[in-house]
Amino acid sequence: MSSQERDRRMLRFSVDVLIAGAGAAGMYAAIAAARAGATVLLVDKGQIGRGGATVMAQMTVAAALAEEEPDSVALHLDDTLKAGRGLCNEELAALVCSEGPKRIREMEEWGIRWAREGQRIKQVMAPGHSVKRCCYVDFLNTGPAVAATLRRKITEFSKIRRVSNFAVVEILVCDGRVMGAIALDLTNNQLLTIQARAAVVSAGGLTKVYARNSASTNMGGEAYALALWAGAELIDMEFVQFFPIGHLAPRLVGMDPIMWEPFRYKVGGKLLNGQFEEFIDRYGSTDFGQYNATRDIAAYAILKEVEAGRGTPHGGAYLDFRHIAEKDLRAAFGPVIDRLLANGIDLSRMPVEVGPMAHYHMGGIRVDANMRTRIEGLYAAGEAVGGSNGANRLSGNAITEAFVFGERAGCAAADDVKAANSNWDEKLAEESIARLERFGRTSDDNGIAPIVLQTELQRIMWDLAGPFRTGDKLTRAQARIAEIKTTELRHLHLGNEREFNLDVQDGFELRAMMTAAEAVVYAALGRAESRGAHQREDFPLADYQLIKNQVLELRDGELVCRWAQPVRLDRSQLEKPLMP
Amino acid sequence: MSSIAKLRVKRGSFGQSSRYDDFEVPYEDGMSLLDALRWIRIHRDSTLGIRYSCINANACKTCVALVDGEVEYTCMVKLKPTPIRVEPLPKRRLIRDLITDIVPSDEKL
Repeated sequence: MSSQERDRRMLRFSVDVLIAGAGAAGMYAAIAAARAGATVLLVDKGQIGRGGATVMAQMTVAAALAEEEPDSVALHLDDTLKAGRGLCNEELAALVCSEGPKRIREMEEWGIRWAREGQRIKQVMAPGHSVKRCCYVDFLNTGPAVAATLRRKITEFSKIRRVSNFAVVEILVCDGRVMGAIALDLTNNQLLTIQARAAVVSAGGLTKVYARNSASTNMGGEAYALALWAGAELIDMEFVQFFPIGHLAPRLVGMDPIMWEPFRYKVGGKLLNGQFEEFIDRYGSTDFGQYNATRDIAAYAILKEVEAGRGTPHGGAYLDFRHIAEKDLRAAFGPVIDRLLANGIDLSRMPVEVGPMAHYHMGGIRVDANMRTRIEGLYAAGEAVGGSNGANRLSGNAITEAFVFGERAGCAAADDVKAANSNWDEKLAEESIARLERFGRTSDDNGIAPIVLQTELQRIMWDLAGPFRTGDKLTRAQARIAEIKTTELRHLHLGNEREFNLDVQDGFELRAMMTAAEAVVYAALGRAESRGAHQREDFPLADYQLIKNQVLELRDGELVCRWAQPVRLDRSQLEKPLMP
Repeated sequence: MSSIAKLRVKRGSFGQSSRYDDFEVPYEDGMSLLDALRWIRIHRDSTLGIRYSCINANACKTCVALVDGEVEYTCMVKLKPTPIRVEPLPKRRLIRDLITDIVPSDEKL
């Protein structure tokens, strides 16, 4: 036995519940599992509570608190299902709507300061909501405050062991049940085994597989790849949410790239093409005077103008506020005006460039109402979960589902391990780690650095599997991804540093990104219609026969699909209206 | 409107001798130092050691380094035509290149 192997054996962990990904969902799951008596190992490839989508979310959190005006779980659910265009798993959506208020109030007990007006939590309108339902933390600080509150809370539990810079690269399954995982310790480039009787995958979405995205750089679809490789199913992978007016230029730091939308509605920002003409009316909508064309039409119109050679220098549209008096701008934007000025952006003198970008993934790991996959002991939470948002997510539901699904997954996993015996299989673990070490330690001097291939994959996905798709483009994407898998991916050039070997980290990430991208393209080809966030230019209409979900799994290493009826709910179970 | 930024980056691991590498990075006004460091990883040297996550929002607080002698978040520093010197934080234990030990001790293996 080499000394390296001895190190690895000595460093093996043994816990009840492993949680992969420490954003809001993972941290909430850790708290719930620890409260229920389980020992927890909470890991993140970045730093605990500082990566992923949560810290970036500057906007709002939706919950039927009925603090501003009458509301109900049923009404929130109606709005959620309407956005989902018939494809929501209604049980999961109802869970978000019914448990959301409890979690929002629990977060307040833990110290988050939701914006308040007198005794009431302030709730505002957001697109798609029929009442004022969205709470927030001032000023544009919702996500960072959520992350900070949970980071503080998890330190109160001695049963939660936290490890940063520790990337789960494979879930280990023996006889249909989770037995642990293998993770890369980035600090010294070692693969370690983790023995766990249950695992929660809460590693977020896949925005990083797209060249244009609004999220952190560390969500490359690992959650989906980990679950798929472990034998779980994915659902609705074709539904990537593209935010229509994400910020493109000038370079803006310190703000969420999706920040423009509320201001556009509030004060009326004009969308102009590269020739400074209004253009939304050319695409069957009106924007004049109101500036509220729907998200899908705005995205379509912007990309069509770009395609016709009438885009802005960075391939988008101008968002122009110059027709608004300076004092009105300051009143509407508040302190944001100064953050913009610090970036050299003076809205009274110049337009900014905006365009569609990947923002969130509706698809994901297929689970039941306890966040259980079909693999015993394997759970999902947060954006990693698929199905609750159907074909399109209602604004404000992402952080809510992180809380709700995290709490549910943590409870269910803790409950699960009470009955489960360890099924640790040393030989299986050894084989898996040897296979992964071959991948992570084999460098080809003539090969390509994984970050370069990541960049190419991001380009392919943006150009060929982006907001507007065709069978032809998707087929080309599929062919190139398959080619990379059998050629470049097998000959990566990896640096030989021991500490923070970013090439090796990128290589494992790329391996997952390829799988996630492949699933998106496969499902997008399979759905020959346009619905919600999935728009096929060769099939521009919705097909009522396709009010079904595509469920993907791996069989002999290849993706296969079956169509399933969306899970429906017995609505008599929902609560009565709530009054402020 | 594209200009060239000249970066001088301190490289090396803890306990080893260090060196400075020079990079020229094309940029547009408004681009950040972190954008340039990421560009170097893709186009020049993928082994350059840096930490970052959010890249856009100055929310993750992990991209910190010494820039022309001042402690800065590299995402908040704008590129400029005059040379920029980038070094690891002096008061944290060096790990490699610009990566220093900023992780809380109870989040380590």
